[in-house]
Amino acid sequence: MISASLQAEPFEAAAEQSALIGTCTDLGAVVSFTGLVRADDGLIALTLEHYPAMTLAQLQAIALEAAARWPGVIGRIIHRHGRLLPGAPIVLVTTAAPHRADAFAAASFLMDWLKTKAPFWKREEWADGTTRWVEAKSSDDAAADRWA
Amino acid sequence: MTQILYFAWVREQIGVDAETLTLPAEATTVAALLNVLATRSLGHAAAFADRSRIRVAVDQHFARPETPITGATEIAIFPPVTGG
Repeated sequence: MISASLQAEPFEAAAEQSALIGTCTDLGAVVSFTGLVRADDGLIALTLEHYPAMTLAQLQAIALEAAARWPGVIGRIIHRHGRLLPGAPIVLVTTAAPHRADAFAAASFLMDWLKTKAPFWKREEWADGTTRWVEAKSSDDAAADRWA
Repeated sequence: MTQILYFAWVREQIGVDAETLTLPAEATTVAALLNVLATRSLGHAAAFADRSRIRVAVDQHFARPETPITGATEIAIFPPVTGG
């Protein structure tokens, strides 16, 4: 089972990882990825807009796809929305499996699909009040396509 | 009636986040709908000028230009996604 949440609030990656593993003793590997707001060129905030009626369902669909491809993997996705400051966590992907290859692969897949198949849009904000919508990257599309 | 939603810079260029419309008969696909909507205002025309920068979801499922929209209740129009 890979669960998915959408929230404005921050998350604690270590606590989420502990909760995921729980009392399981058949797991041999856990991977935790956290995406952070990076202060490029003096950026003061990053706002994540999303499509409320669709976002959570799409996160769950991505989680289901990963669970189908790696049946032995359990995991957790948390994606934030709203206005976030530099250094703040944006997204968490934690996966656990009996062996590391599956845990790494599922985590990588989840991030590649979250980047290209979840309805979020990032807007950058600078100290002088200017804002700019982040452009989608062809390298992100290429990364997602390798799982096709 | 169909609810049309706009997100990110598409919303900003058009100036509203939603419109409720009765779709004309010729708007049978996503591509045809964009052609119709582009005539509504200068903002619509500007937002839809480069179709390679436009993505659409029909009833909350990602769609393609040729996707049929007959009977759809909610159509969202937005730039390529940039989450994660």
